[in-house]
Amino acid sequence: MSHDAYEAVIGLEVHTHLLTRSKLFCGCSTEFGRGPNENVCPVCMGMPGVLPVLNRHAVELAVRTGIAANCEIAPRSIFDRKSYFYPDLPKNYQISQYETPICKGGYIELPGDGAARRVRLVRIHIEEDAGKNIHEANSSLVDFNRSGVPLVEIVSEPDIRSAEEAGAYLRELRDILRYIGASDGRMEEGSFRCDVNVSVRKKGASEYGVKTEIKNLNSFRFVEKAIEHEVARQIEVLESGGKVAQETHLWDPDREETRPMRSKEFANDYRYFPEPDLPPLVVPPEMIDAIRSSMPELPAARRARYARDYGLSAYEVGVLTAEKDTADYFEAVLPGLKNARTAANWVMTEVLRVSNESGKPIAQAAPPASEVRALLKMVEDQQISLNAAKTAFAAMCKSGKSADATVAELGLAQVSDEGAIAAACDKVIAAEAGKVAEYRGGRDKLFGFFVGQVMKAMGGKANPKVINEILKKKLAG
Amino acid sequence: MALSKITPEQVRHVSLLARLSLAPDEEERIRANMDEILGYIDKLNELNTDGVEPTAQVGDPGMAMRDDVVTNHPDPEAMLANAPARERGYFKVPKIIE
Repeated sequence: MSHDAYEAVIGLEVHTHLLTRSKLFCGCSTEFGRGPNENVCPVCMGMPGVLPVLNRHAVELAVRTGIAANCEIAPRSIFDRKSYFYPDLPKNYQISQYETPICKGGYIELPGDGAARRVRLVRIHIEEDAGKNIHEANSSLVDFNRSGVPLVEIVSEPDIRSAEEAGAYLRELRDILRYIGASDGRMEEGSFRCDVNVSVRKKGASEYGVKTEIKNLNSFRFVEKAIEHEVARQIEVLESGGKVAQETHLWDPDREETRPMRSKEFANDYRYFPEPDLPPLVVPPEMIDAIRSSMPELPAARRARYARDYGLSAYEVGVLTAEKDTADYFEAVLPGLKNARTAANWVMTEVLRVSNESGKPIAQAAPPASEVRALLKMVEDQQISLNAAKTAFAAMCKSGKSADATVAELGLAQVSDEGAIAAACDKVIAAEAGKVAEYRGGRDKLFGFFVGQVMKAMGGKANPKVINEILKKKLAG
Repeated sequence: MALSKITPEQVRHVSLLARLSLAPDEEERIRANMDEILGYIDKLNELNTDGVEPTAQVGDPGMAMRDDVVTNHPDPEAMLANAPARERGYFKVPKIIE
């Protein structure tokens, strides 16, 4: 029996930091990259006698996430204690939500050409992060800066059927979180983490197979690779007559394989119970309404609009909308231009290139959108060539000067003066009598050569369209 | 007293979860103690609670929340003061093995 007879059943649990300034239950900073144990206080260190006080903004961002993911927002939810012992957990319990999360249900729609593919969500809940362990040769070191940083956990239904689809879901989720300002979605910094539940079953089966959980995935590529590896492994186990064991695997990025974690004792016996230090969380309808009315256009809506209104391809739409900043910039360049594609191409190539090369956001790396618009307007009006626009753009990125000033300063304005161009054409025709004869004798290919010569004579600034017209007439002789 | 509700195995399981090391006589004392607590719960179970929401807390519904303002502790160094071992600003603990 081949591997094609099986299908994968995948559910993802995403943990993402919420973009608050302070921690979930205390005023310590959430800033990443500080020295060890600098953002700590008695609350997030679990000292005796302290009490947690909930950060309102974390609640707002969780509600925002829930609205963006089409969830039902619970008017009343409960915080619970999840008890386990680990050196990065100073209270020996994590404050989380168990039976009554703040968001229930919902779905994420995946981008694609065909019919919209929905991945349903089970829930989204608020919880606090743990500290960070660093393993040394003979000891482990613990930093509690991350302890108490607000997270939401977003749990999907097992609706995902391939590694590729898992990647698409994660990218879409990350884009949404960035659009709504709930998370920066930085996987490498650990602010967006993913655990994967994978099982396989014969196609057409209605029962789920035994699943394994893969942890330690900190890039989209690793998620996809780990799923591919784990699906193949499980099929092999089943095909050779074995049984898949329900266990937790760790992804080893060096060996590109998953391996079982040494089972933690009673790993799943967390003894949840309602956190006695926190009353039920009541989210008033006014708060939900206010957040709902402040939601930005989400990536899916923006993609649909770009395809419909600007006639851009799925690829182009994907590049332009992946980051909210890029799409906002594109839309700020647009007004007054005849062709949206001119702006689209420019943003996708020139603007994103300077941003990527400098490692800076567009706002810092590229000129203001209004100046790029002015530059593209000159191209549309044939005042400058596309190449001249590129030269001007590079100069503008460095100097910060306006499009007008830059084009004037560099003498990039295109010459469309027919008299001047005609004179240059006459000169070339006179100088290249032999080639002119060949051309007239049928060597059409030489036309490009003449255009090049005229352009050279004009210092590269002549309008190529005008050269073409005049040369055609003159060579026809 | 009714039949024992808590077995010695359950006491050992719970004490392991709580990382408590109990002597045999302590185990028996705690088992009896937990039995009594569950006996009291049985008593409460005699009440008719139809239509009553499960309640973990009493008082005004809804909790006070704070604004998202950073108020870092003035002396984070003090948080490490009682650490049995530390290294370069970290808490140092026995090596954790996955």
